[in-house]
Parts: sequence; structure tokens; C-alpha cells
Amino acid sequence: MINIPKGSIAIINQTAPYGSSKGQESLELALAMSNFGQAVSLFFVEDGVWQLIQNQDPKKIDSKAYHKTFAALEFYEIENIFVCKQSLVKRNISVESLCIPVTIIEQTATPALLAKHVKSMVF
Amino acid sequence: MLQRVCRINLNLQASDKLVNKVDYVLEFAGENIAVDKAGYLLNVQDWKPELAPTLAQQENIELSDNHWEVVNFVRAFYLEYNTSPAMRALVKAMANEFGPEKGNSRYLFKLFPKGPAKQATKIAGLPKPAKCL
Repeated sequence: MINIPKGSIAIINQTAPYGSSKGQESLELALAMSNFGQAVSLFFVEDGVWQLIQNQDPKKIDSKAYHKTFAALEFYEIENIFVCKQSLVKRNISVESLCIPVTIIEQTATPALLAKHVKSMVF
Repeated sequence: MLQRVCRINLNLQASDKLVNKVDYVLEFAGENIAVDKAGYLLNVQDWKPELAPTLAQQENIELSDNHWEVVNFVRAFYLEYNTSPAMRALVKAMANEFGPEKGNSRYLFKLFPKGPAKQATKIAGLPKPAKCL
């Protein structure tokens, strides 16, 4: 059962990692908001789903392996992590290849879910 | 609530990164170790246990076994998750590992009066946790 606490903010990740700093910035923002007791949900859609792939080696391109930080989200009480099913299917990514447990949602269910948040921020 | 004392300092962070280029060094056993202006090690790999008492001294802390437990814990946290735990996460992760009598902010503040996340990460040779105590 999905529980969106009142006043939650949605962070929507739609960009692949490393091409820009958007993914890393949005993750840091989520951690900072949690430090202030702000409830936050993470959405991964379109190319944003690539960020969650378990098997990444960004050191080879001198980038920070920030995907390792996703596993720490539980300590920041960020439990609502939604991943678009159709975005995964389209890219032939299996749920098992993701680095953390997530809630898979249908693309068609996304607008209603987003509507339960007071604000959405897109990265 | 303690975590509400945190401040957002995103702009300062960005400029800190530039300031890091200025050479601050910590002399230890004949070696020069690169640090930032607040004394945090620039390279996680430069840290070794022998360095911890020196870093702790800068914070006016004499390391007890309880301090070491937290220092080793935040270092392990960083190496696993590639991020220094901020206060809230540190409390929760400590509670998971050691139980509620050590996983609470009162206990941690007794050991590290100027901010457990801030001081323990410094002593553990980690970057300062972003935007928090």
C-alpha cells in the first residue's frame, strides 16, 4: 500500500546519470530535505531509470559513484521510491538489475500519484 | 529537534570546492596531508587510524573506545554508501547497528559536543557531510 505523507514533495528524475550533474544534485537535495524533516518521494522515469542500475563503474570516467548512496536512503527515511514500469521495459532493464528495492508503478498511474504531492521538482 | 539546527549552505559549498584548491596541509609523521580550510582531509585514502588522535585533538576530543566505535562506523558508512552520514541518518544507522542506547542524538552529542556528524567524519578522514551539523 502506497502511503504519501501529507505535504510530501516529489522529485522526478528523468535524466540518465553522468551526462549532467542532475541526478547527483537531486539526490543531495532529497537527503537535505530529509534532514529538515521534509517528506519526499523519488520518481524515476524515462532515462532517469538508468541511474538506479546496480552495475555501474563511473570511476572510469572520473565521476562519483553516487548510485551507491541510494542504498542509504532508508536511513534518511525516504521510502517512497517509484520507478516507471514502461520506462524499464522500453530499455530492457529488469527490476533485479536495480541497486535498491523500489515500487514499480504504471505510467498511467503516475499523474494521480504526483497529484498527492504539494510540489514536483524535475531533474 | 536537533536536526532542525542544520543549515542549507549550497552556495557556500560550491565556493568551498574552489577554496579547496588552496593548499592547506596537515603535517603528520613527516608527511604533508592535504586538507581543506576546516581541516577535513581532501583524500579519503590518506587517512589511517594513527591520524585519528591528531584530528581529534583539533576538536578537543580525546578518543575513547566509544568515540572509536562511532569513527569506525561513519567511515564504514562512507565507504559503503559513498556519502558522509548527516545527523539524522547517523542516528538511524547507529540505532540499527548498536541499538537505541547508542543510536540517539543525546549519546552522540555527549561524545561529539560540536556535532557528531561533523566531528566524527572529520576524525574519520571523510568529507564534511553536506548541509548539516
